[in-house]
Amino acid sequence: MSLERPKRQQYVTEEGVDYDAIERLLGEHVLGRETHLNAEGFVIRPDEVQDVLFALRDEAGFDHLSVVTAQEYADRYESIYHLKKYDDPTQEVSVVVPTSKDDPVSQTAEPVYRTADWHEREAYDLVGIEYEGHPDPRRILLPETWQGHPLALDYDQDRPQIVTLAEHQNPIAEDHYDSDTETMFLNIGPHHPATHGVLHLKTVLDGEQVVDVDPDIGYLHRCEEQMAQNGTYRHQIMPYPDRWDYAPGGLMNEWGYARAAEDLADIDVPEYAQVIRTMGAELCRICSHMLALGTFCLDIYGDFTAIFMYAMRDREKVQNLLEDLTGSRMMFNYLRLGGVAWDLPEPREEFFEKTRDFLDDLPEATQEYHDLITSNEIFQIRTVDTGVLDPETAKQYGATGPVARASGIDYDLRRDDPYGYYPELDWDVVTEDGRDNYARLLVRMREVEQSARIIEQCIDLLEDWPEEDREIQSNVPRTLRPDPDTEIYRAVEAAKGELGIYIRADGTDKPARFKIRSPCFSNLHTLPEMSEGEYVADLVASLGSLDIILGEVDR
Amino acid sequence: MSDTPSETITGSTDPMSKTREARMGEVDSRFNSRLREAFGSSPFILTKFDQFMNWVRGSSMFMLQFGIACCSLEMMHTYAVKHDLDRFGSGVPRASPRQADTIIIPGTIVSKFAPRMKRVYDQMAEPKFVVNMGSCAISGGPFQEGYNVIKGAEEVIPVDIHVPGCPPRPEALVYGVVKLQERIAQGESSPVTVKPYELEQFGDLERDELVDKLASQIDTDDLVMRYNWADSP
Ligand code: SF4
Repeated sequence: MSLERPKRQQYVTEEGVDYDAIERLLGEHVLGRETHLNAEGFVIRPDEVQDVLFALRDEAGFDHLSVVTAQEYADRYESIYHLKKYDDPTQEVSVVVPTSKDDPVSQTAEPVYRTADWHEREAYDLVGIEYEGHPDPRRILLPETWQGHPLALDYDQDRPQIVTLAEHQNPIAEDHYDSDTETMFLNIGPHHPATHGVLHLKTVLDGEQVVDVDPDIGYLHRCEEQMAQNGTYRHQIMPYPDRWDYAPGGLMNEWGYARAAEDLADIDVPEYAQVIRTMGAELCRICSHMLALGTFCLDIYGDFTAIFMYAMRDREKVQNLLEDLTGSRMMFNYLRLGGVAWDLPEPREEFFEKTRDFLDDLPEATQEYHDLITSNEIFQIRTVDTGVLDPETAKQYGATGPVARASGIDYDLRRDDPYGYYPELDWDVVTEDGRDNYARLLVRMREVEQSARIIEQCIDLLEDWPEEDREIQSNVPRTLRPDPDTEIYRAVEAAKGELGIYIRADGTDKPARFKIRSPCFSNLHTLPEMSEGEYVADLVASLGSLDIILGEVDR
Repeated sequence: MSDTPSETITGSTDPMSKTREARMGEVDSRFNSRLREAFGSSPFILTKFDQFMNWVRGSSMFMLQFGIACCSLEMMHTYAVKHDLDRFGSGVPRASPRQADTIIIPGTIVSKFAPRMKRVYDQMAEPKFVVNMGSCAISGGPFQEGYNVIKGAEEVIPVDIHVPGCPPRPEALVYGVVKLQERIAQGESSPVTVKPYELEQFGDLERDELVDKLASQIDTDDLVMRYNWADSP
């Protein structure tokens, strides 16, 4: 380690990444350089992807592949690898890989970053770029029999499609047995109480043990990226983020879009609005973690028992507050580019009082959860040391959020890539070293306490804010047309982890490409690592502890 | 006090019991109730069997535990504390379609899921009822323009009640379900809708370019659903 440090330091200056040094590192691989608003992009040849990424990972320390964005231009296809560092996510670099129209083949990045496996499958599925050497070149979101690639430029949405209903047989039917190895094939989902929505796990069992599990997603792929590309920046996109992570992660998701679009169009947000956003986002985080807690216990104990009802009760309380603030229980549509839609509800004192009441009750509620859950022996037997995910594996899969923090990875964008009012407030990033299902639950429960701290400080600030300074929105042009060919990737810390948005503007009032980096997508990818070789019951516990929302996995 | 007769708790049903006992012989007082009392001294009612069955059906329904998208969160809240759908005799979620008689469709249906949803619906025992929850299940909602989105559950299965909203509030869903119960109790049924998307065997599809192209991938007896997007509303 001590030898490595100075070497990596070569690529960093006071201001951040030293892109010239990176260019020297990559040497002849670099065909050109593009400037994206978040980082420099290095254009490379499609057959040298692995060399370049290995160099960036091992020499320069970019150990986090956030997302792979694929898109089609009039004259070429392009895959962009957005790289970051877990230690400092403000250090970013993009690797741009153009491929020709008639032969859209590019080398796979899977040997460098495991997470590229799913991202490249998605790129193939939606845009149509093929990745040479990919271990599993299948579609991922759309059915295998789909014709065409829907985000390609010449896709005809009206052509008919045929979708099969395979593997609907009784799971213990004879042909599900493999007589040589005595394994059994088992479908879990897509309609199953433990899959938290419509997820399909193709599982191979040897007795009670999981030999192989292949998450089959796409049962809720409702074209979120297409919807965003069809909407105008100013108002038409904002309702959709509420529907990605509907736990509800609403305001956090809206912030993800707002942050990217505001940086893209160079819009300022008044400080007062930032405080409101921060408060709202943390309320959403509590709500979201409560759902995770309730359904996790539903999975473990197996019924609509007290804990689930308690969690729902606390969610109702938060939802009432959010309803007072935004006008809606779940689908807020409250953030605007440049601020928020309206000020706090009148009478303000009443809102503050209600919120304080909730915060005052929270420690007692938390204690109750600890009594019921974390100190329960049955629960501990089911969760401690099951679903273990070690930090190196987690990084390979691009895991973020509570899943990463429960494996001891100290990564939280609220602190590491500061936005909103977080840097001014006093709170801590929660990490646990347990790496197991139990640790993931603990992280969420402790994060609820931290969120409460943040909200409390926001309330104090808002209460004392002088009346004449309560500016909720800055001046934003009626129609936004960011400069053509500007590209940006920006992320926020949503309840589930790093929620990133990539936007490419083409001079019109709608994005030319809108790509969503969903934390659940990457987190779910770790499931096989956590459960292969374990008991099938622990598979269910691990899945619950990942806290996925299928709307965000499939988008 | 377990040996206290129930009348000290529920109030006396004595006069009625006396008359009845005179007619029918002794009945354990635990089986007495206000309802029994209301029937009077002759514990018989006269009604049409169908009407009685409808009333029973509407008064005790099992929901399928079936979550799809955002609306299912509000559906969970409808089942849970505060809204407690079970107050109306209709809120016990069952995990298996074989044990349920009502399915709430809470979310967006996409091409990959529609065949599964049809299958789950087919697995439910008759008589069965469908409540559409939210704009997505009604028409595709905010995602109607999507390349992968079915324009409403009615393209796949028949629907009894539509509850609009995005998502509908729990109160709205409660209203919708209670409305359904009312209709069932009164024996009203919904018009059968045209279902453009059916599950059928691949070999039965009309041959065209697409079918020929997929012929190498799909067996003739595999079940498929064919989407003619151009004809969708
Ligand atoms: S109607 Fe709205 S809330 Fe319901 S599933 Fe559709 S998008 Fe989600």
